[in-house]
Amino acid sequence: MVSKALEGVKVLELCQFVAGPYCTKLLADLGAEVIKIEEPRLGDTTRRRGPFLWDIPHAERSGLFLYLNTNKLGITLNLNKVTGKEVFRRLVRDVDILLEDNSPRRMRELGLDYDCLREINPHLIMTSITPFGQTGSYREYKAYPLNTFHAGGEPHIQQFDSATPDRAPVAGSIFMGEHDGGLSAATATLAALFYRGVTGQGQHVDVSKQESLIALSRLENMFYANREKEETREMATAAAQGAGMIGGLMRCQDGYVVLAAMQDNQWQGLVELMGHPTWTEDEMCRSEGTRSMNAQKIVSLVQEWMINQNREEVFRSGQEKGVPIGVVNSPQDLVNSPQLRARGFFVAIEHPEAGKIEYAAAAYRFSKTPWSVQRPAPLLGEHNERIYCGLLGYSKQELVRLRQAGVI
Amino acid sequence: MSESLKGIRVADFSWAWAGPYATMLLALLGAEVIKIESQARLDHVRMRALGFGLFRGADRSPFFNDLNLNKLGITLNLSQPEGVELAKRVVAVSDVVVQNMRPGVMDRLGLGYKALSKVKPDIIYLSSSACGTTGPERGYVGYAPTFGALGGAIYLNGYPDAPPQMTMGSIDLRSAATAAFAILAGLCWRQRTGQGQHIDLSSQETITALVQDAIMDYTMNKRIQTRRGNRDDIMAPHNCYRCSDGKWITIAVATEEEWQAFCQAIGAPGWTGDERFCDAYQRRKNQEELDERVQEWTMTHTACEVMKLLQDAGVAAVPSLGGEGLYNDPHLRERECFQEVEHPVMGKRVVVAPHWKFSYTPASISRHAPLLGEHNEYVFSELLGMSIEEIEDLVQRGVIY
Repeated sequence: MVSKALEGVKVLELCQFVAGPYCTKLLADLGAEVIKIEEPRLGDTTRRRGPFLWDIPHAERSGLFLYLNTNKLGITLNLNKVTGKEVFRRLVRDVDILLEDNSPRRMRELGLDYDCLREINPHLIMTSITPFGQTGSYREYKAYPLNTFHAGGEPHIQQFDSATPDRAPVAGSIFMGEHDGGLSAATATLAALFYRGVTGQGQHVDVSKQESLIALSRLENMFYANREKEETREMATAAAQGAGMIGGLMRCQDGYVVLAAMQDNQWQGLVELMGHPTWTEDEMCRSEGTRSMNAQKIVSLVQEWMINQNREEVFRSGQEKGVPIGVVNSPQDLVNSPQLRARGFFVAIEHPEAGKIEYAAAAYRFSKTPWSVQRPAPLLGEHNERIYCGLLGYSKQELVRLRQAGVI
Repeated sequence: MSESLKGIRVADFSWAWAGPYATMLLALLGAEVIKIESQARLDHVRMRALGFGLFRGADRSPFFNDLNLNKLGITLNLSQPEGVELAKRVVAVSDVVVQNMRPGVMDRLGLGYKALSKVKPDIIYLSSSACGTTGPERGYVGYAPTFGALGGAIYLNGYPDAPPQMTMGSIDLRSAATAAFAILAGLCWRQRTGQGQHIDLSSQETITALVQDAIMDYTMNKRIQTRRGNRDDIMAPHNCYRCSDGKWITIAVATEEEWQAFCQAIGAPGWTGDERFCDAYQRRKNQEELDERVQEWTMTHTACEVMKLLQDAGVAAVPSLGGEGLYNDPHLRERECFQEVEHPVMGKRVVVAPHWKFSYTPASISRHAPLLGEHNEYVFSELLGMSIEEIEDLVQRGVIY
C-alpha cells in the first residue's frame, strides 16, 4: 500500500535560498525522496540567513532553512570539480526529477543543461526555476526576492489602494514571491510527472518566477493591455466615479480587520452587526449598485463605527452573521490561532541542533495520504554516506578521498 | 503536440476566484474542465468585480473570462433533485471534482465527497474554503482580502510607519495555485494506486504557508516581525528608488563584490568611499542616508537605463512594473507572456499566457471562458448520451437552467 501521495518519486535538488527548496519541500512533504545537493562547507545560503534560533547565527539553526528543507536528504557536492560533475551525472541517472535554480549559462558551462542530461536519463523531468526564465533578454539577469516581486506587477496594483500612494510601491512579505515561484514550479513538475506516468516521456520545464507572479495578478495586470476595450473602459469609469468595495482595511480599537461585504445578505449582516444605524436606511444603501457607487461615503461611515470595536469580537460576531470579515493576524496571532490549532496546522519537529520547534504543515488535508514529517531538515552533508556509499556504491575509503579532494 | 493532463476530466462546481482559477490551471495543462453553473445561482464574477461596480451581462465580465479560460460550461439547477442527479452523471465520467462552497453546502445538496465517491470511487475531490472544513472557524466566509488578513500576508505588507497594506485578488489565486498542486499530487497517487480521495484545503492556511520566515521567528524567538517596506534585515542598498522618468526601480546588493560593482557602475562618486558605507554592517546601519544617495543617482537615469547599467555590472536591479511596463517589456514579449483570446461577446482580449514552458507538452490557451450554458449540448447529448427530447424537457422544467 502506497500511503504517501508521492512515495517512490525520486527528486534531485540543486537549488538554494527559497523558491527551489520550497518547491522540493512541497514534494518531499508528500512523500517524494528528495536529495538536496549543497556546496561543501558553506551549504545553502539560507543557512546563513535568519531568523536564527536564539538570534545566534548557526548553519544548523536557521528557521528559514529548517522550514524549507524538512523531509529531505542532504549531501554535499562541488560541481566545480570534474569529479563532482561526474558524481552529479551518476545521481541524475537514478532520479525522476531534477529541480535546479542556476542561471542557464552556468548550467551550460557545467555541461549539465537539459540536452546533456537527457542523454544520461531520457525519462528525466528537469525543472529550472530562475527569476526570468531560460530564454529572452533578461535570462541571465540577477534578481533577489525584492526585485522579482516588483517585476510581477503586484506592488503597483496595491498602489491604487494604498495609505502611502506617494511613496514607492512595496514588496509585501519579503519571501512570499519566492514561495509563489516554488509552488508554480511544483505544480508544473507534477503535471510533467503525471504525463510521464502515462507515456514515459521526460521533458524540460522552464519556470520564470516573474511570470509566476504576473499570473497571480493576471486580472489587474492586464487592465492596461485592454484599456481600449469596452468592458475595461466601463470598469475604469466606474472606478473613477468612485465605485468601490464596501470594506477594505479598517481600524479597530486594538488593531485592524479587513471587510468585504458585497452581496445583499452580507450587507444586511453588516447592518445588523452595527445595530441598524439610521444612515443605512438612506437611498445610497438601497442596492448593491447604489452602495458600490457610494462606497467611499459608506466605508467612512462604517469606519466611524468600527474604530470603537474590538477586532476579535467584531470578527467573531460578524462571521456569525455571515459577514466576510477577517482579523489582520500577526505571526503571533497565527501561532495562537484556535482554528489553526484545531486543524493541527503546527507540528513540533525535533532537530538534533535546533531542538523541538513548531513548524507549519500544509494547507491541504488529504484523506488517505496525509502530509507527514519523516525527518527534519538535513545537517550539512548528513546523508553523504547513505547516498554515496549506499546508493552509488562508493566505499568508505573513497568517501574519505572525495572529501579530501574537496569534491564532497 | 500533446498536453500534460490530456484525458483528465474535471467536474467544476466552483465559483468566485479561488476555485475557478485552480481548475483553470488544470485546463491550461490540458484537462477537460466542465464548469457547472446555473442562472439560478450565477457565479458572481459574471456580475461584479470587487471595487469596479457591476457588469452589463453574464457574458460581459473580463474577470470571468480570465479565470475560466479553456473550460466548457453547462447550466444545471442544483436546487432541483434532477439537477443533482445530472450533476452526478457528469461526475461519473470525471476524474476530479472541485468545489468551494461554504463547508456543508455540497453535502446538503447530496454532492459531498461521500456521496460522489459512491458514484465514482476513484474521484479526487477538492473542497476549498476560507478556513477549511474542520475547526471552530470552519463555517466562516471570506474573499481574497479577508484571507490575506487571516493568513498573515496583510500584517506583513506595507511600511513600518503606516497601516498595513491591503492585498487583493492575488491572494485568491495563491489559494488556487495551492489547490491545483494538491489535485495534481492526488492524480499522481491515483495513477499508481487507482484510488481517489478527499482534499480539504484552507485558503487561510495557503497564505500562512507563504510567510513562514516570520512564523519561525515567532516560534523560535517570540519575535513578532512586522512590515518593513522594501527594506531587508541584512542587505543595503535594498529598496525601490525613483528614476528620472517617474518610474521606480528596485536595487538589492547582497555581497561586498556586488557593492564594489555597484560603486563602479555608478561612476564611483566620492560618497561611496565614505566610512558610513564602508562595509555591509555600516551600510545597513546608515541605510537612510545611503538610500538618499542612491536615489540621487537613479534620478539622473530612466528605470530602463538603471537596470541595464547595473545588470551589466552584475548587480540586481529590476523596475517595479505596472500593467503598462509589463505589457511593453521586450523580455516578456520575447517570452510570449501575453496573448490574445477572441471572445464571442467581448471581442479580442489580451490575457496572460500559461506561465510555465514545457518542452514536450506545452500548456496553452485554446478558448475563451464559456458563455452561460454554452456546452449544454456537448455534455448532455454527446458525453451523457441523452436524447434531444430529454434535454428539451429538462430545459422546459428549469433543470437545465
